[in-house]
Amino acid sequence: MYWGSVSEFLAMGGYGLYVWTSFVVTALCMVWEVLALWRRRAAAVAETRGML
Amino acid sequence: MSFMGINWLKYSAPQAFYPLAGSLIPWFAALATLAIAVGLFLGLLIAPTDFQQGDSYRIIFVHVPAAWMSMFLYVVMAVWAGVGLGLKARLSFMMAQAIAPTGAMFTFLALLTGAMWGKPTWGSWWVWDARLTSELILLFQYAGVILLRTSIDDLRRADRASGVFALVGVVNVPIIYYSVQWWNTLHQGASVSMTAAPKMAATMLTAMLLMTFGFWMYSIAVVLARARCVILEREQLPSWGKESSMPEVAEAR
Repeated sequence: MYWGSVSEFLAMGGYGLYVWTSFVVTALCMVWEVLALWRRRAAAVAETRGML
Repeated sequence: MSFMGINWLKYSAPQAFYPLAGSLIPWFAALATLAIAVGLFLGLLIAPTDFQQGDSYRIIFVHVPAAWMSMFLYVVMAVWAGVGLGLKARLSFMMAQAIAPTGAMFTFLALLTGAMWGKPTWGSWWVWDARLTSELILLFQYAGVILLRTSIDDLRRADRASGVFALVGVVNVPIIYYSVQWWNTLHQGASVSMTAAPKMAATMLTAMLLMTFGFWMYSIAVVLARARCVILEREQLPSWGKESSMPEVAEAR
């Protein structure tokens, strides 16, 4: 483990804002994409069932 | 075309590809989760700080994988578009259609994390540098591919128009990749190359490669899932409602 404490980890040597923005926005985009696909799939499946 | 006793050509038909993709998605998703979890652990908790850039360098663990995927996905999308144009294969265009949004997302993320890295290291969020500018153009190309498709109602014409656009634009990918060598740029050169020893510590390199592998597997899972949506949306033939050909539809009740 490189870090001595949680606050040190969050501070990222003074670059916390930049590092955490990068990681959090990336994570949000990827999670959002998965959720959006989930909804798109549900809609497409519902549409297909409606045609039966 | 047979390899390992499987008739692969069969899967060029959307009806056959649909269940195959469905059964592959969980595997790619699991690989992605595992690789990203270990990569984050190594990159954020274990890897030492960089003696020049301090901890801002840790942005590399999302920036480089996102940038690599942005270029790689564009090439794969262009190849599918090319195959679609050459063989008039529906599934190829559907794959190209499924790749574009994920590629655009990673291009956006590469630019955003780049800005987050540029501010503390260069003192500026953005510079009109060859690498940054060509990557921004890539984002516009993805937007063009997507918008061209949505703006044309006739599916076949939409496929062809966005396919040609994607194929022509592929010239930008080597420009992005070699921009740091061809022009005198602010952006640093490649950290990893095939011919030279990596310029990074082993833990950092391992974390970065794991994150890249994770993003790659994530992209495959997401693209396959979107391709399935596209197939459902585009191929709504009444005969598809049969439970044998579309098990998921029955499942979804």
